[in-house]
This record gives sequence, structure tokens and C-alpha cells, in this order.
Amino acid sequence: MKLTGAQIFFECLKAEGVEVIFGLPGGVLLDLYDEMPKHDIRHILVRHEQGAAHMADGYARATGRVGVCLVTSGPGATNTVTGIATAYMDSIPIVVFTGQVPTALIGNDAFQEADIVGITRPCTKHNYLVKDVRDLARIIREAFYLAHSGRPGPILVDLPKDVINTKTEFKYPKKISMKGYKPTTEAHMGQIKRAYTAIGKAKRPMIYAGGGVISSNAAKELKQLGEQLRCPVTTTLMGLGGFPAPHELWLGMLGMHGTFRANMAVGNTDLLIAIGARFDDRVTGKLDEFAPSAKIIHIDIDPTSISKNVKVDIPIVGDCQDALKKLLQLVKESPIDDLEKVRKPWLDQIQKWKETYPLAYEQKDNLIKPQYVVEKLYELSEGKGIIATEVGQNQMWAAQYYHFSEPRTLLTSGGLGTMGYGLPAAIGAQAAFPDRLVIDVAGDGSIQMCIQEMITAVENNLPVKVAILNNQYLGMVRQWQQLFYEKNYCATCLKIAPDFVKLAEAYGALGLRAHKPDEVESVIREAFASPKPVIMDFVVNPEECVYPMVPAGAAMTEMLLA
Amino acid sequence: MRHILGVLVENQPGVLSRVAGLFSGRGFNIESLTVAETLDKGVSHITLVTTGDEMIMEQIVKHLNKLVNVIKVIDFREVKFVDREMALIKVKAEADTRAEALRITNIFRGKVVDVCQHSFTIEVTGDEGKIQAILDLLSQLGIVEVVRTGKVAIARGRKNSTKR
Ligand SMILES: Cc1ncc(C[n+]2csc(CCOP(=O)(O)OP(=O)(O)O)c2C)c(N)n1
Ligand SMILES: [Mg+2]
Repeated sequence: MKLTGAQIFFECLKAEGVEVIFGLPGGVLLDLYDEMPKHDIRHILVRHEQGAAHMADGYARATGRVGVCLVTSGPGATNTVTGIATAYMDSIPIVVFTGQVPTALIGNDAFQEADIVGITRPCTKHNYLVKDVRDLARIIREAFYLAHSGRPGPILVDLPKDVINTKTEFKYPKKISMKGYKPTTEAHMGQIKRAYTAIGKAKRPMIYAGGGVISSNAAKELKQLGEQLRCPVTTTLMGLGGFPAPHELWLGMLGMHGTFRANMAVGNTDLLIAIGARFDDRVTGKLDEFAPSAKIIHIDIDPTSISKNVKVDIPIVGDCQDALKKLLQLVKESPIDDLEKVRKPWLDQIQKWKETYPLAYEQKDNLIKPQYVVEKLYELSEGKGIIATEVGQNQMWAAQYYHFSEPRTLLTSGGLGTMGYGLPAAIGAQAAFPDRLVIDVAGDGSIQMCIQEMITAVENNLPVKVAILNNQYLGMVRQWQQLFYEKNYCATCLKIAPDFVKLAEAYGALGLRAHKPDEVESVIREAFASPKPVIMDFVVNPEECVYPMVPAGAAMTEMLLA
Repeated sequence: MRHILGVLVENQPGVLSRVAGLFSGRGFNIESLTVAETLDKGVSHITLVTTGDEMIMEQIVKHLNKLVNVIKVIDFREVKFVDREMALIKVKAEADTRAEALRITNIFRGKVVDVCQHSFTIEVTGDEGKIQAILDLLSQLGIVEVVRTGKVAIARGRKNSTKR
């Protein structure tokens, strides 16, 4: 039987197991939206296409499945670019479908035409312009496969109007054959053995894990490896939740706002085991002084991540989970002698660092400390929330004080640092898990960048809880101005602000506010108890700074501590 | 250091801009680039001349391999190869210099492919050294314009490159 492009589109989504699309229609998508009600698929109407991309991303991070969004040509498509770039930097599997003007008009500056394939080429893993409806099913199949396999990433598929309404024979391709795409997933046993030999010789080894551990579902293996090697573990921002924070071997996050002990450990380790991490400049600081006395093992699925900026001694290309399983097998076959004794001096040293400078703040009884809000959120959610964050100080405090224990519970824009990410990402996660507690730890600046999605949450009964750490500043930028620009607070003050409680009410959500430390708990309790989306406005100490802080370009061990 | 890479790509729209965009986006250099179909119409071969130290070359090769439309990258640092380039050289040819221009062309096994009142256009093929040498000689007569193809390269011996 012959089907239209629109019908094929929905058949393919069904075959891929897609349950929800985040989207917003327009002229070239009319045929597609006309077809939609005939299919068993949930559509969540967003209010801005950036929101659609972030929702698909939040959905993907929380579930591990591919997130999908659908937007119209021209401005609809360009509005997704920030969301696509965000997913690209953090290797998140989403498929973005964009409408396009009819093929005959492409290149003519037609109404609402944009070369979105050209625009997104550098920020997608791959993208397609479907020129012939006969290619549609194959391309959609490839798009989903590319999105989640190898190093995951966003894929864009551009759908011209005539492709959507032309008929062709439909057959969903069972097999995929792409000559140029064969990611290495199996780690090389020889390299694993070399790595284990190095581990056996190390006195002060540490594991530095990143988002790759989350995307390859290797948290369990990571914990086993840490324990069986008695090896302390730090993670990047993207890796949080990949190792349980309450664990005795947990070092806390490393990097610019990492813990004292994690950064000191990096400065002193003799063997750094990097797993699914990419030596981002926010993690390494000054490159020459990063892990200066260490041999480096690097496990990553993407060969381009290896020896990109830090020379690696033992590279292992492959899926993190596969590599860890193989390593664990070696540990089992030939355990390290006297492990407890060998590790003791190193673990004692780390304990000392931990006691010298733990993460700390002081909550006095006048102004609310933002860290206190995050700790209360942790406590009252029993650590079981899915936490989205915006970007800035709020993001760093969420990372430091919500003690993540499970993978896929932190949704944050790590690589691109996109303000406005948190609320739509939280909505995407809530759409996947209607019964879980989903919280957006927000800043008063960032929340205004995608605030329009509050109504999407209300309309779809997605009861996300937004906790604004309202410091009346673009706080993270203000912090740099305070520390490095003599408090020249140019263009960072947000004192002229909307009333967030009234704003919540205007959207039909619940608005709550706390001015005093002793109001924090009751506000959180009320928010958690409400069946509605909520905005909590926590009026916090305006000039609080995030510490520790490694100034840009300094070595990791040169931290400002207060 | 200067290096030659051969890149086999799927003959898809936009593939050249993916390759070029990779170089510009990551700050790698392209000195020259040539591209044409292989025997298989679905596959094109790009010869690319680039510069970079060991670490950069490794990154370039890895990044090229990562592109979904790239089927294979041949790193000519690792194999024996032959490379050639063609130049079309328009040289001044007045009554007193015509004979010299022809003589040089013959020595380099070039061909005169166009003759005008005041100039010859000469086609010459060879490795870089040869092209440079003829350019040096002809420049004494006055070169009006030069167009060069950039290198093409192929591995020596048995099927290593263009055959899949
Ligand atoms: C879209 C975007 N624009 C600008 C920035 C630069 N930036 C980083 S943090 C920050 C301040 C964020 O302010 P707020 O949301 O109030 O968070 P706070 O740091 O105060 O917690 C800014 C402007 C960014 N990361 N993203
Ligand atoms: Mg703020």
C-alpha cells in the first residue's frame, strides 16, 4: 500500500517506539499535523521551539531513550539551534524534525525558508535533507540509530512540504547499512590488560568519570570498580549520579568548582583513570599542571576525545560499560595483593584533605543561603528527585549540595552552559516520569529565558517544581566581576524583576516565596505536596559566591576557598 | 609538517562542506583539496593537503573518520604513494621569448594548449618540485596567470585506496 510522507513519518516513529513528541506546527507542517490525531502518539505543544529541543533533551537524559521534537521551517527551525547545540555538546540523543519549504523552492529565499541543514551542520552529529519521499523511512531509521549509538548526539531531519504529502510504497528498513559509520564499541583486550598492569603498580590511583558513564549505563560497573580497586572516584558535572555521593570513596566533583579533595587528588595522583570524560578546560584548568605526576588511562567511545588536549598513556576506545566489565573481569582473575594496605596512605591523605576543607557554608538567621535551599531540597526529596538546573551559580550549588546517587537524575547543560535549559528539560523529564518529583534549580536570570514553558507544564499537568535561587543578579557573572573586576557590576543586576509568585499564578501554577531561612522548609513542603507546577521564589543572599573556585587558567590545586 | 590525506566519501550532497566545515570549525588548515568521483559513482575521492604536528594530524584523521559520510581515510604518511599536480600557466610570449618558452615547455614535457598574440598557455603535470621548477623558469619570461589543481595522490602497488 502507498502511504504519504506524513503517514510514513508516524509509522516510523511507532516502529522506533516513540511515545511523545515536543513540537509546534507551522505552514509546511500542516499535512503532518493533520495526520497526527490518527496515530497513537502524544504531542506536547510548546510555546517556543527552543523549549521543544530542551524538552526532548531532558526526556532523553532522564530516560536514556531518544528524545524527539518537531518544528516548522525557517524561524521554527532556527529557534531549535540553541537546543541542538546544547545536546551536541553533552552528547545527548535527540532527533529534531524540521519542516522545510517544497523542494522546488529550496534556494529561492522562499517564505520561511532557512538552510537549517547548513546552519546545524557543525552542531549535529549528522543531519539530513530528505529530497525524495522514497528515502524517508530509511533516513528516519538511520537518524534514530545514529542518535543513540556510538557517541550519542542530536540528528536533524529536514522535511520539505512536498515530501510530506507525496505517496510512496512504505517499508520500514530492518537493516541499516552505512558504509562510513561503524563506531568501535568493544574495548580492546590488549589495552585493557595494559591498563590493569598500570593500575596494579599505582600507589595513588583515582578515577575521573564523565557523562560517558551515564550514557553507557555503566554506573553499576563504576561502583564495583571503585570498590574493588579501593580507588577514590571523582566525576565531572556530567558524570554526577554515576557514582553514589554518600560513598566513602566519593571525592565530590572536580574542576573549577570542584571540591578541595578532588582537585588536590588530581594534583597528586600517580594514575588517572579517565572514563567517558573529555578533559574539558573547566576540569583541567592550566593544562601543563593537570595531573602532573600521573600516568593517564583514557576510556572513551570517541577516538577524537582521546589525546585531544592531554596526552594519554593508555588509550582505550570503546563503550565504557564494555571496558569496565572487562576490567572487572581482570580484577576478579588476579586481584591486587594487600590492597587495603597499599591504599591506606592515599586514602588517609584524601580523608585529611576532606577534613581540612569540606564543602561548607554558614546559614545564619537573617538571609537565606542558596546552598541551604539546595540541601533542604535534597533532604525533603530524600535524594530521590530528578534535578534539572539552569546555568550559573544555581547550577554549581545544585551540583555541590544535591548529593546525587543515581544516574540520570541530574539534567544540566554542561558543555554549552545554556541558560534557559532547566525548565524545559524538567518538563521533558516529567513527561517521561509523571509520578516522580522533578525539580528545576533555577536562577532569577536563567528562568526568564524559557519561562514561557510554564504554560506548557500547566496545560499538560506536568507538575515540575521550579526553585529560583533569587539573588537578584546574573550571579555567576557578578561573582567574576567581584573577584576579578573590582566589583564593577556592569549589566549584571536584576533588581528590576517580575514578581515570580504572581507570574506563577498568571500561568495557573502555584507561586510561593521565602524570605527567611525558617520559611524555606515549609515552602518546599508545600510545593512538593501540590499537584500543580510550582515556582518557589527563594530570596537569597545576593552576594554569595560559589567556592571552591579555580580561577580561569590556573592550576587545579590553586583554589580560592572563600 | 605538511601531509597528504586521501578521503573516500559517500557522494552525498553537502559532504564537501562537512569536510571543509570540520577544518574551519576546528582551526585545522587546508592547503589544497581536490575531489572527483571514483569508479563507483556513489563514492568520491578527496585528496587533501594539510599541515600540523603529530597530535593535530592524529586529530584530523580521527575527525575525518568520525564524519558519517566518510568511508575511509588514507593517511599517506603510512603508505608509499605517488602524487601529481597539474598547472595551467599563461606566460608572456612575444617575438623574442616564444622560442625560450617553447623550449622550457618541452624540457618539462609540458604542452602548449592555447596560443594568443601575446601569450601561450602551457599545461604541465608533475610533482610539486617539477611544477615549482618550471614556474621559476617561466617567471623570467613573465607569467600572466597560473591555475593549479592541487595535489592528487594514490597509494603505490595493489589496491589500497580508491578500491573499496
Ligand atoms: C544563554 C546564555 N547567555 C549568557 C550566559 C552567560 N552566563 C553564565 S551564568 C550567567 C548568570 C546566570 O544568572 P542566574 O540565572 O540568575 O543564575 P545565578 O548565577 O545568579 O545563580 C550568565 C549570564 C549563558 N550561560 N547562557
Ligand atoms: Mg541570579
